[in-house]
Amino acid sequence: MEICRRKGVIEISELDPFLAELLRQIPASANPDGAPAAEQRLFSTPATGKESELCAEWKTYVEPELRRLFQTATQTVAADLEQLNCNEKSLGNRTLRIPSKHADAWLSALNQARLVIAAKNNFTESELNDHCHSPIGSRRDLSLFQVNFYGFLQEFVLREMWSD
Amino acid sequence: MRRFELRAAYDSIFDMSCGPRQDGECRAQSKEMEGTTRVLSENAGTITTAEPTIEKETRSEEDLDVPWQVVVHNDPVNLMSYVAMVFQRVFGYPREKAERHMLEVHHKGRSILWSGMRERAELYVQQLHGYLLLATLEKAG
Repeated sequence: MEICRRKGVIEISELDPFLAELLRQIPASANPDGAPAAEQRLFSTPATGKESELCAEWKTYVEPELRRLFQTATQTVAADLEQLNCNEKSLGNRTLRIPSKHADAWLSALNQARLVIAAKNNFTESELNDHCHSPIGSRRDLSLFQVNFYGFLQEFVLREMWSD
Repeated sequence: MRRFELRAAYDSIFDMSCGPRQDGECRAQSKEMEGTTRVLSENAGTITTAEPTIEKETRSEEDLDVPWQVVVHNDPVNLMSYVAMVFQRVFGYPREKAERHMLEVHHKGRSILWSGMRERAELYVQQLHGYLLLATLEKAG
């Protein structure tokens, strides 16, 4: 896989089928439905302690806004990912082009996906920081790889944004 | 570092009460106004003095309302570079300051990013949640 930016587009090329599939899974991975821990992480409380009134108002007025914001980001990403669904006979390497103006949506969707996967799997800090993890041998290993892969993409997008 | 933050917090509270003035100007002006009221009363020969000035009452009300802190908590998933970027965007902090707060979150588990009026603090927390950071609103002290 190669990743670079040219002419206002972030280009991820030479995507093998496995990484392409991980990319396709971003919108679904960002969905916290059915996982209370993930839901709780995406929509965390705005206060600790005795501010129950504030928390209740937050749930009524702010949370729906946040849901819309997160959903818009994942929809943008899903639309970009349509490029990977073309009916090519070959399952060979593909290229994904992300317009720079979608960078924020990608940052958000990647972050949502990472947080949801981490919450669902209850990853510890040491697991998340273990970048020399052994090869994928279980569903949990795959999820950890997914979190790290999405993190790598986030880092790249961020670096491109800093350089502007 | 913590002392600096508290001081910065009070500075921002003061700024919000006074509007865009130079440091100390507002406080000085407030004293001057009280003095002026007293002199005028004496010149008029009246016995009744101007009871607590409106300016003074407003200040004390604001003082009661003001101290809310925007606190960001550590989260092992969010990337450090991402967190620093968010601080720059939301608070308009320069990169060095954003990174200092990010490191404080990372090492100490939390950092006070801003202090001031509740409404604005709520807005900041909402923005931070929009970026998926763990942020809370707390009463200072």
